[in-house]
Amino acid sequence: MSIDISQFHQTFFEECFEGLEVMESGLLNLDIGNADNEVINAIFRGAHSIKGGSATFGFTEVASFTHVMETLLDEMRAGQRDVTQSLIDILLRSVDCLHGMIAATSQGEPIDTSSVSSLQKELETVLGSTPVNSSDSSTIPPTSPGNAGDSIVEWLIDFKPHADMVRTGNDPVLLLREIERIGEVQIVIDTSNVPDFKNIDPESCYLSWVLTLTTSESEANIRQIFDWVEDECDLRIEKISNTTTPLPPQRDSAAIAAPDIASQPEKTGVKKSTAENSSIRVSIDKIDALINMVGELVITQSMMGQLDGNLEDFDVSKLEKLRDGLTLLERNTRELQESVMRIRMLPISFSFNRFPRMVRDLSQQLNKKINLTMSGEQTELDKTVMEKIGDPLVHLLRNSLDHGIETPEVRLSKGKPETGTIELNAYHKGGNIVIEISDDGAGFNKDKILAKAVENNLIGSNDDISDEKIYDLIFMPGFSTADTISDVSGRGVGMDVVKRNIRELGGNIDVTSEVDKGTTFTIRLPLTLAILDGQLLSVGTQTYIVPLVSIVESLQIKKENINSIAGKSEVYKLREDYIPILRLHDVFGIKASTRDLTDGLLVVIEGDGKKIGLYIDDLLGQQQVVIKSLESNYEPIQGISGATILGDGTVSLILDVEGLITLQQNINYSQDAA
Amino acid sequence: MASILAVDDSASMRQMVSFALKNAGHEVVEAVDGVDALSTAKNNKVNLVITDVNMPNMDGISLIKELRNLPDYKFIPILMLTTESAPEKKQEGKSAGATGWLVKPFDPDQLLATINKVLG
Repeated sequence: MSIDISQFHQTFFEECFEGLEVMESGLLNLDIGNADNEVINAIFRGAHSIKGGSATFGFTEVASFTHVMETLLDEMRAGQRDVTQSLIDILLRSVDCLHGMIAATSQGEPIDTSSVSSLQKELETVLGSTPVNSSDSSTIPPTSPGNAGDSIVEWLIDFKPHADMVRTGNDPVLLLREIERIGEVQIVIDTSNVPDFKNIDPESCYLSWVLTLTTSESEANIRQIFDWVEDECDLRIEKISNTTTPLPPQRDSAAIAAPDIASQPEKTGVKKSTAENSSIRVSIDKIDALINMVGELVITQSMMGQLDGNLEDFDVSKLEKLRDGLTLLERNTRELQESVMRIRMLPISFSFNRFPRMVRDLSQQLNKKINLTMSGEQTELDKTVMEKIGDPLVHLLRNSLDHGIETPEVRLSKGKPETGTIELNAYHKGGNIVIEISDDGAGFNKDKILAKAVENNLIGSNDDISDEKIYDLIFMPGFSTADTISDVSGRGVGMDVVKRNIRELGGNIDVTSEVDKGTTFTIRLPLTLAILDGQLLSVGTQTYIVPLVSIVESLQIKKENINSIAGKSEVYKLREDYIPILRLHDVFGIKASTRDLTDGLLVVIEGDGKKIGLYIDDLLGQQQVVIKSLESNYEPIQGISGATILGDGTVSLILDVEGLITLQQNINYSQDAA
Repeated sequence: MASILAVDDSASMRQMVSFALKNAGHEVVEAVDGVDALSTAKNNKVNLVITDVNMPNMDGISLIKELRNLPDYKFIPILMLTTESAPEKKQEGKSAGATGWLVKPFDPDQLLATINKVLG
């Protein structure tokens, strides 16, 4: 029977990438001169597993390269080699190289052998040993079938197990059976060592055997059968005579065939498409919760099922039961939905993990001293959101490294510590995840930004602009204040893309900055893109939905708190705040059931750090809604972020809080201008 | 048909080993490291243990020692999977109580041939 082992390749590749991540973060955490042995062990295990797996699955180049790394790591692990910066550097480069090799292999592409072999040579030089055979013969078991000559020989085998041989789980009878498989055998048992019954230890072996074996196998192959017990028995194997009688063909040979490594790599090319299938790792807890939910659902279903047994018998007394069932069903559905959504949630560390390495490499390249601290790595968010936020985060981090943190000399001259700090922080707030990137660098130079903006005709030279607006300028297309363009950043493409990507995810980005103190970027993202907790509102005959997280409070309007500004635009005095009122029926041009503010309700919503009050007729229920895109089904409308279908089958529009706030401001501006 | 405990921290190796064994009609329980294996072994009595050597939390050698201390596992065959063809490692395993070893890389057929050596 033969098994196609290429079906395990995908798991193997994923495992490799995980292993490489562990190795990389381990290497970055190694303190020179005072290395933690457990960390070295973890790095070693990573290399070891990749080597073992790649050899098993037939990726010889990977196996051979990893073997050299492993040898080096083994020496470090055994304390024979000190951890030095140059050693870490070369190992990190090896991790990268390995990453490339595995990525290429998984895509069925050829490996860049020249760079691999040059790095392998470097590693071997470090090892100071003779180059290891590239086919890595040391890890491949001795190839056994040695029946080249076909000469048939009679052997005498004297096999005396030691008394405790069975304690390692070896059974002499099974060994004899193995011998039987490679030729004709006559077995004579020797019971002379069996003691009196009362002295017998049932856990010991007292028997021994003398075998006469006629086989074409070599002596080495016969000895191999006893390989595992050679220290637990007295074994004598002697050639008695050569016979010429040909033996009948052997039964299934016990000899182990050499692995068919050469034929494996070809198969990877065929599997190209599977390599692109992304998968997700889900903890057992989440799956268990899901199964539990489904169980509950089945119970509810059977409960409801009892009701419909005989419809003619249906009477009011069963109505109560039906209602209970429906309540239960609603709860089950919601919980099931939450559990399913949770499967897509991953800790943000998946995204954060690559940053320490990036900061390390870039700070070396830029000759800066930078310390990266991360917190909240376990904060979970949707996999899709995570994939899309990766690049913007990289961009922001590069900006902080390049423009934010000053060179050590400059920092010292400013009276700051030589080493700059960049902090990455993630946490949940309401229905959002907040990611903060802050540095203690130079901060934004407002004059420079203004000058640049004027130069690029983004603003007029005499415009009066608030601080906030100045910071917003950096998100304009084609804006960069870097004096020289470096590899790291400064080409002026980026911040606008960052902002756009984040907005596309339904999030927003803010920046605060203080000269010589540092800059903080704050990104807010929805946890998931598919479902929203909504508050249903009625305006006239229409029902709208507002994301529950955006609602600050809802209140009945008191006449004495309404103020009019400039005769037209209305504000509401809420405690010490004045909140602009936006009449939804006016915005969407629908007929309101009442125009008198005191008849309706005011829903105070917050977005982009600003509050407005929505004037509506009434509050309806709250429910989770599945977001359907308006852009892909109709066309974008300002103030509307999407649509959903309600329980009764009607379509309801979901309000875009930020959009409405902008809309309200524009109305004010146009009124001001008028 | 035997019940077999397969211990490896690498998911792909574990998958391959257990797939090959199941295909040959055996029942397989999996464990991800020595600690996991030890508690699994206590809860399900198996006829054979196949374990990797290098693993986090508890390595294969310590696992073998621990298993041999359990009355149920005194005579159960335990095979170790090792990439180290070095005799010291095998010796270390033997003295811990391993029945035998299988040197990586191996393919499913080699694996089955080897376990047939120890399953009665």
